[in-house]
Amino acid sequence: MATLWWIMLAGASAIALALGAILARAWTGSPLLARLGPERLTLWGGVVVPTLVLAALVAAALALGERLRPGDATLRVEAVARQWGWDFAYPAAGLASAGVLHIPAGRDVDVAVTSADVIHSLWVPRLAGKIDAIPGRVNLLRLHAEAPGRYAGVCAEFCGLGHAAMPFAVEAHPPEAWEEWLREAAR
Amino acid sequence: MSRGLRLHRALAAVWDTPPGWGRLAAVNHTTIGLRFIAAAAAFFAIGGILAMLIRIQLATPDSAFLGAEAYNQIFTMHGTVMMFLFAIPMFEGFAIYLLPKLLGARDMAFPRMTAYGFWCYVFGGAILIGALVAGVAPHAGWFMYTPLSSGTYSPGINGDVWLLGVTFVEISALSAAIEIIVSILKLRAPGMSLRRMPILAWYLLVTAFMMLFGFPPLILGSILLEVERAAGLPFFDPTRGGDPLLWQHLFWLFGHPEVYIIFLPAAGMISTLLPAFARAELVAQPAIVAAVIATGFLSFGLWVHHMFTVGIPHLALAFFSAASGLVAVPTAVQIFAWIATLAEGRPRWDVPMLWLAGFFAIFVLGGLTGVMLAMVPFNAQAHDSHFVVAHLHYVLVGGFVFPVIAAAYYWLPHVTGRVSDLRLSAPAFWLTFTGFNLTFFLMHLTGLLGMPRRIASYPEGLGWTWLNLVSSIGGFVTTAGLALVAVDLVVQTRFGRRFRRDPWKARSLEWATPTPPPSYAFASLPRIEDRADRTRPRALAARLAAGEGYLGHVRNGWCETLSVDPAGAPTEVVVLPRPTFLPLWTGLATLAVVLALLFKLYVLAAVALAAVVGLFLAWTRATGEAADLRALPIGHGEAAPPHWEAARPPSWWAMALLIAADGTLYASLLFGALFLWLVAPGWPGPAVPDPALPPAALALAGLGLAALAARRAAGALRRGAGPAPWLVAEALGAALAAAALAALALAVPDPRGHALPASMVAILAYAAIHAAIGAILAGYGLARWRAGYVSARRSLDLRLAVPFQAYAAAAGALAIAAAAALPRLAELAP
Repeated sequence: MATLWWIMLAGASAIALALGAILARAWTGSPLLARLGPERLTLWGGVVVPTLVLAALVAAALALGERLRPGDATLRVEAVARQWGWDFAYPAAGLASAGVLHIPAGRDVDVAVTSADVIHSLWVPRLAGKIDAIPGRVNLLRLHAEAPGRYAGVCAEFCGLGHAAMPFAVEAHPPEAWEEWLREAAR
Repeated sequence: MSRGLRLHRALAAVWDTPPGWGRLAAVNHTTIGLRFIAAAAAFFAIGGILAMLIRIQLATPDSAFLGAEAYNQIFTMHGTVMMFLFAIPMFEGFAIYLLPKLLGARDMAFPRMTAYGFWCYVFGGAILIGALVAGVAPHAGWFMYTPLSSGTYSPGINGDVWLLGVTFVEISALSAAIEIIVSILKLRAPGMSLRRMPILAWYLLVTAFMMLFGFPPLILGSILLEVERAAGLPFFDPTRGGDPLLWQHLFWLFGHPEVYIIFLPAAGMISTLLPAFARAELVAQPAIVAAVIATGFLSFGLWVHHMFTVGIPHLALAFFSAASGLVAVPTAVQIFAWIATLAEGRPRWDVPMLWLAGFFAIFVLGGLTGVMLAMVPFNAQAHDSHFVVAHLHYVLVGGFVFPVIAAAYYWLPHVTGRVSDLRLSAPAFWLTFTGFNLTFFLMHLTGLLGMPRRIASYPEGLGWTWLNLVSSIGGFVTTAGLALVAVDLVVQTRFGRRFRRDPWKARSLEWATPTPPPSYAFASLPRIEDRADRTRPRALAARLAAGEGYLGHVRNGWCETLSVDPAGAPTEVVVLPRPTFLPLWTGLATLAVVLALLFKLYVLAAVALAAVVGLFLAWTRATGEAADLRALPIGHGEAAPPHWEAARPPSWWAMALLIAADGTLYASLLFGALFLWLVAPGWPGPAVPDPALPPAALALAGLGLAALAARRAAGALRRGAGPAPWLVAEALGAALAAAALAALALAVPDPRGHALPASMVAILAYAAIHAAIGAILAGYGLARWRAGYVSARRSLDLRLAVPFQAYAAAAGALAIAAAAALPRLAELAP
């Protein structure tokens, strides 16, 4: 994900600079642009180059999207959004928590997200992209915390008066302490 | 007295808007176009003030300046005002003011509709702003996502204000779309084939078609949501077989084309004024036209990219992601054609070019971040964060506000007859440009640091504090810059130096009118012999003013202009209405309907609706003749019939386009029902019996009779026989069908309980309403026949009903089929 961003940032900066340079040369009058002629300039700049760049970018993004696709993680937890807060459940362990989602670090976790009232969106910026919590549907999101720690999460879909006031946290436990947390929480 | 002056006086006598209260009767495109622009500018100021309130609130963490409720109303209204009350009407204003002058016509095709559209816009806007002042403005976001905007979670009047107010404004957008298309296709100067048409007309034509097909899904969605809120029929409620995602599909099916509906007219203005400053012809015109048409089509295939995070199947994500990237290509074609135009010519600086340079810098950055957002994994991170806020402001402000300000500086001399000596213009630009980038450039970073959109406050210590403060400071600098632009424009209007003609040495037709333009625009209409951007306005203007072109006369006290075929040959003389208060009265009656619905006074709403229908019928009393006139001389030794004796006059095209828009709305409704069946939770829902056979058979028979009789009436008229019996049959058939369809709709059991019966009621009600309109049309034809306005040559009033009755019959048959099929499909639940 971060790689995609840096590639896109570098590419976008290069394109912006190149366009600025071409515009400046067009303004001052450039023999090169004159030799190329207006039709060929429009064809190459407007059609050929953008199509190639975009095709490559879309392909790369799709390949990346395929890797981030949820659905087969060994651990599955549930999240239910409501006005205004989050409830989490751990069906395999028969546990529940509110406001804090507990996961083991270093493992893929699928979160099944839904809502009890209006549309919300679950977003833990440092762990994954966002997924909408929609009443009547269940959406899956893949979370993966490399390191143990506490990660801040927010609601990313406008949901009324308390939209700003429904933060939550993801607590990523060290892998070796996960089982212990489950036992602890069950008591 | 010279011939030119005599002609001017004669034309002014029939075309001019009367003074005093008579100004409210204006239907003239120059007047109404400027009113649209002025009103849109006022709404832009209101939207800007709201933006400043938002920036004050977000300038510091844990701000207590606005509460969450006020903040929600303000950001909802900021988006709503800027989209619906500023951007669209602003471009409509430019289009209405410029199009006839660019095309060599004297007015738009339907001047009273222009005026009615203006009143709908201003009254609808007043409802929204009034609600804001009263503290009950919409507060569920400009996108009105359900269920948040539903009666359960937003019980107050706020949501109704949005749904009814915005739909009211949409009436003006749809009527403008139809009018723009018809004016471009029909009301051009003789000799102006479609190939010779000015580039801005191409842009506006594509834009208007996009509005024609883009607005109906939103109008449908708004009606369904209002029905859900007011009458309890569920379409979006997931607990009763509805689906909030249906709203999102309908909204973005409009919402994404909307972005290009805003951008394309601005791009058209750039393509028009850039050549004047490059001192070269626009290069690669056919490629630009192809790119604009491609944008129009592609923009309808992108809407899902606003919904990448709602849990859409992976393959669909891939498709929409690729399409979203692809739409950058036609835009790149235009940008390179503009660069090539500059390279071809000897560019010179002037104020409009400064704003175009600003457009270029800002819009390119917005386009690049747009491509980033089209990539699904990145979108999942940045969606609904401040990164998107930055992106959309780069695209919309860069792609619309900057070009429109360039256009305002470019065409202001046309409006006022004065040019400026640029003392304030440059600082105003630099303030705006610097302030804008200060506000929004760093906001990309704010978003990447995880700040979501639409939060009323945020805590300290997340790294967002200084970024927000900088954005707020930038916002105020932008405001100062835009205020200075406003001052500059007023100063130019008031104190500018007078000029004789064509101050920019442009080569397009609008500069061949006198400046400021008279109400009739051209004293006589030009004959176009070459591409429209190769006009020589200075020489042409004198000849036209002297009456040497077409229609250099006043006849019968008529307001005349010419209609042509695609090749530019004159086909008919269009006689346009003179100033009238009817559009104002009709607008006020429509306002009464909307207000009655808003306050849930449904009896009053029905009465007001009847008044609207009656007033619309009253419009027609001023048109037509009781005798056949045949060919009228139009100058240059040529002749053409008046439009009511022509085969395909503007009103025929308007009917065809209206049916296209109406059909889009119906298709959206049927799509909605199928969508709910396919994906909504809570189906199959309750068992619903088949529609009863007797009313269904009656409805089909009545619709068939109406469609057939409408044809026969027109045919009888052509043969010189009396159409009256057929018209009576048409009216009875349609009325019978309306009653039977209404009975079917009312017989559907428990429509409040589940989306299945609710959808059936909606579909049957749609068909019933169309049958009822068919009955009114038939009655109108009968009245026109009895009044003597209809003859074998003057058959338009009857022929207009033919396609409508056919459409109503098809819609009715489809509705009955759907009512029978939906419950069966539901049992099959996929």
